[in-house]
Amino acid sequence: MSLSTVTSTSSRQAGSVSPPQSGTNSAGGIIAGRLSAQDYAAGFADIHPALSKHEAFVEADRCYFCFDAPCQKACPTSIDIPLFIRQISTNNDLGSAHTILDANIMGGMCARVCPTETLCEEACVREAAEGKPVKIGLLQRHAVDAMMAQAQAHKTHPFKRAAASGKKVAVVGAGPAGLSAAHRLSQLGHDVALFDAREKLGGLNEYGIAAYKAPDNFAQKEVDFVLGIGGITPTLNKKLGKGIHLDTLRRDFDAVFLGIGLASVNTLGLSGEGKLAGVREAIDFIADLRQAQNLATVPVGSHVVVVGGGMTAVDAAVQAKRLGALSVTIAYRRGPADMKASAYEQELAKINGVIIRHWLKPVRLHGNTGAVSAISFESTAMIDGKLTGTGQITKFASDMVLTAIGQILVSDDFNEAMTVRDGKIVVDSARATSLHGVWAGGDCTATGEDLTVSAVEDGKQAALAIDRALRA
Amino acid sequence: MADLRSNFLGIKSPNPFWLASAPPTDREVNVTRAFKAGWGGVVWKTLGEEGLPVVNVSGPRYGAIHSGDRRLIGLNNIELITDRPLDINLREIKQVKRAWPDRAMVVSLMVPCEEDAWKKILKSVEDTECDGIELNFGCPHGMSERGMGAAVGQVPEYIEMVARWCKQNSRLPVIVKLTPNITDIRHAARAAKRGGADAVSLINTINSIMSVDLDMMAPSPHVDGKGSHGGYCGPAVKPIALNMVTEIARDTETKGLPISAIGGITTWRDAAEFMAMSAGTVQVCTAAMTYGFRIVEEMKSGLSDWMDAKGYQTLEGFRGRAVGNATDWQYLNLNYVVKARIDQDLCIKCGRCHIVCEDTSHQAITNLVDGARKFEVIDAECVGCNLCVNVCPVENCITLVQQTSGIDPRTGLENDRGYANWTSHPNNPSAVKAAE
Ligand SMILES: Cc1cc2nc3c(=O)[nH]c(=O)nc-3n(C[C@H](O)[C@H](O)[C@H](O)COP(=O)(O)OP(=O)(O)OC[C@H]3O[C@@H](n4cnc5c(N)ncnc54)[C@H](O)[C@@H]3O)c2cc1C
Ligand SMILES: Cc1cc2nc3c(=O)[nH]c(=O)nc-3n(C[C@H](O)[C@H](O)[C@H](O)COP(=O)(O)O)c2cc1C
Ligand code: SF4
Repeated sequence: MSLSTVTSTSSRQAGSVSPPQSGTNSAGGIIAGRLSAQDYAAGFADIHPALSKHEAFVEADRCYFCFDAPCQKACPTSIDIPLFIRQISTNNDLGSAHTILDANIMGGMCARVCPTETLCEEACVREAAEGKPVKIGLLQRHAVDAMMAQAQAHKTHPFKRAAASGKKVAVVGAGPAGLSAAHRLSQLGHDVALFDAREKLGGLNEYGIAAYKAPDNFAQKEVDFVLGIGGITPTLNKKLGKGIHLDTLRRDFDAVFLGIGLASVNTLGLSGEGKLAGVREAIDFIADLRQAQNLATVPVGSHVVVVGGGMTAVDAAVQAKRLGALSVTIAYRRGPADMKASAYEQELAKINGVIIRHWLKPVRLHGNTGAVSAISFESTAMIDGKLTGTGQITKFASDMVLTAIGQILVSDDFNEAMTVRDGKIVVDSARATSLHGVWAGGDCTATGEDLTVSAVEDGKQAALAIDRALRA
Repeated sequence: MADLRSNFLGIKSPNPFWLASAPPTDREVNVTRAFKAGWGGVVWKTLGEEGLPVVNVSGPRYGAIHSGDRRLIGLNNIELITDRPLDINLREIKQVKRAWPDRAMVVSLMVPCEEDAWKKILKSVEDTECDGIELNFGCPHGMSERGMGAAVGQVPEYIEMVARWCKQNSRLPVIVKLTPNITDIRHAARAAKRGGADAVSLINTINSIMSVDLDMMAPSPHVDGKGSHGGYCGPAVKPIALNMVTEIARDTETKGLPISAIGGITTWRDAAEFMAMSAGTVQVCTAAMTYGFRIVEEMKSGLSDWMDAKGYQTLEGFRGRAVGNATDWQYLNLNYVVKARIDQDLCIKCGRCHIVCEDTSHQAITNLVDGARKFEVIDAECVGCNLCVNVCPVENCITLVQQTSGIDPRTGLENDRGYANWTSHPNNPSAVKAAE
């Protein structure tokens, strides 16, 4: 997809941004409360608002109910998209949601965060026909929101548990992978003990996803919805390698699923990192923002430089801008086509006023009385297929440097026991690890792309495989 | 610029687009608005006997069916004839006709089946200086229970009798409006002709119940929990009307009987189709009730542009030209062979052609070619049924192509076998054998 077509073809228009209107506090340094309450509210409101009932009908009517639908094939969780859209068009939103959730229990979050422009909507035949795919993501949200509202209001859950199997499964990590596995295992009749190192369940849904993609505490609402099936006992602040260990879990449970994501990050390897105030990991900055009760308490620099080229870099940059930073620059060491952030994400950054600079690698952090004041980059080029520094140095004044150069697996607890390759746990197509009785999925494995929807699929497939193994 | 003027039974109008007898023609304000908007004529909302007028329900009169995007494709009503006093209607008709002398003003009538009743109303209608009358033998609800409307239209003898009374007691041209709620429209049309009617108009509405309210367990829309059948009209009824018009146009007894066509006419193209099947004027109700009077602009310009493109200078230039090509099934050429062709450049790969052919027709469209998603017609299976063409969402992506040479791989027969129909087919037990 070329950049110029992004905004027009995607139903997830990158638009609807209102740059801060009134009195931005332009003081230097990292400070909170740069904007008015109004501007915070506008900048962090739902980026793709829900469809009204009428809009949903009109949109649902556009679906052709394709044979062997390409959209369904493009969905990592294989949701029966033509069927759920047809159910919406016959005014059966709850039935539609059932179709969705049966394939993807986190269909609500996926509808909000999936890069649909590279998944189902890219495959939609109406994209080929007229460059305007059916708004599958928004229709999915329409149906699932209806179901979640119903479940919340009546304390019900759309799925029933099968007869108790008498088996117990430990699920470690309560991100999309772990939650999906836990839900399916419970549905299949197994009891699930769910452990997570953090204070809240949800993984990156709770701590990582950009605030404007899932406002109104949606991640926790969805966690409650998923746990609504029963049979899942969560334990928080319990870290594998600290309070619990894989060998004891294997002994005490009939099976173990690991959905521990990537708990650590790469560092720049520059002197001053970790010492100079104002240099921090983008993912921590986002987590703080996500956990803030009031965005006016979240500090941001005046001139922010984000190092990296993925989704995290874009999310950090856009949110820094929407918090009122005067300038935000993303610096990436390779070219636009190499960026992990999709064309849509790059467009989103640009229309939010973020400057993206390519072919720059960080070489030096400059400090001033213990705080970062600038960062220098060396220009790069591909020479004989290798990324090479050209010697030319550019210095950016900056009071906040956010690093987003990749997350890494923390595997201390099972390094010896399990095959880990290139920083990911090795699994087979059923998501079984090399260690008997242990399955894994999500970002900690090398299955699909590192996306919420892929993590959900991994959890589901692992649960089905565990069920088969436990009943064998 | 094509000449759209129409002359129907001597009734002149600047264009053939009339509003059918219905709410759009119920009163002076509406009709004046219609004429301002450019309609060629109206058939005034049906008048009844002098005396206390009929009473309509105060609950919903209309129901509808919609396509996906709430586009109205069928309308149902339980409205009766005019519920305003006769004298007011007559006064307004006269006023409007005087103000708009170049427009057609036809008055629709429905009174009890007694000659005196008809005589009486005909007299007062003539006084309005209107151009003609239309006998409403079609209304399927309310009036038929009182022995009028469809109750007359369903009995050919009554049609003939009332038509004759009207011809004998009035100098005005008489149009008999037919009900479609019968088995064979030709009997009704023949009766009208025998009675001396100058023309027929059709169709009136079709008996219908639009839906059932599954909470109330009652027909919907309902009046205080109960529903009755109404009359169905709008785009959905056009094919039914077109068939009935065609039947009358090609019937040996009624051939040449002027027809004012009604039923689902929404665009210039609908109108042109009815006229190609011999209609002299067309009447519109639902389309106006859906979009307002301004649609006539599209109808006029569309018809005129099409006539210019085709070189037809007047309506008579193309009127009735399609009638000769409407025939009975038994005369269709069984040796005419077509195969579907899918334009791969236009194909958006939805696969609907494949699945409908696979599930419900002749398994004649691939879904994979060399392992890739591709939809191609298998000539050895394709019977040329047109189903894939009809379900394809892209216009002209699938077409039927005539096979004029070589062998049809499905039947093993030559493609250029010349005309032959069922009447002489060897499988026909009563085939006419060619002389040996
Ligand atoms: C900033 C950012 C933005 C993103 N935006 C999008 C987006 O818009 N759309 C999209 O599809 N994807 C997005 N992603 C990717 C997506 O969030 C991940 O692919 C997805 O969350 C992976 O799910 P997971 O369950 O494997 O891991 P996680 O969501 O990371 O969950 C892992 C869980 O395991 C817990 N855990 C970790 N280690 C241990 C341990 N030792 N013991 C116990 N518990 C442990 C963690 O606390 C966490 O709760 C984004 C990622 C980031 C970082
Ligand atoms: C609300 C309504 C009232 C009607 N009333 C009459 C009527 O009084 N007399 C009559 O001859 N036809 C009446 N009709 C039938 C229309 O004149 C016309 O024959 C029919 O609606 C089909 O045309 P259409 O598809 O363009 O609507 C009525 C139709 C509607 C929708
Ligand atoms: S490809 Fe598009 S049109 Fe076809 S089923 Fe999927 S969403 Fe509907």
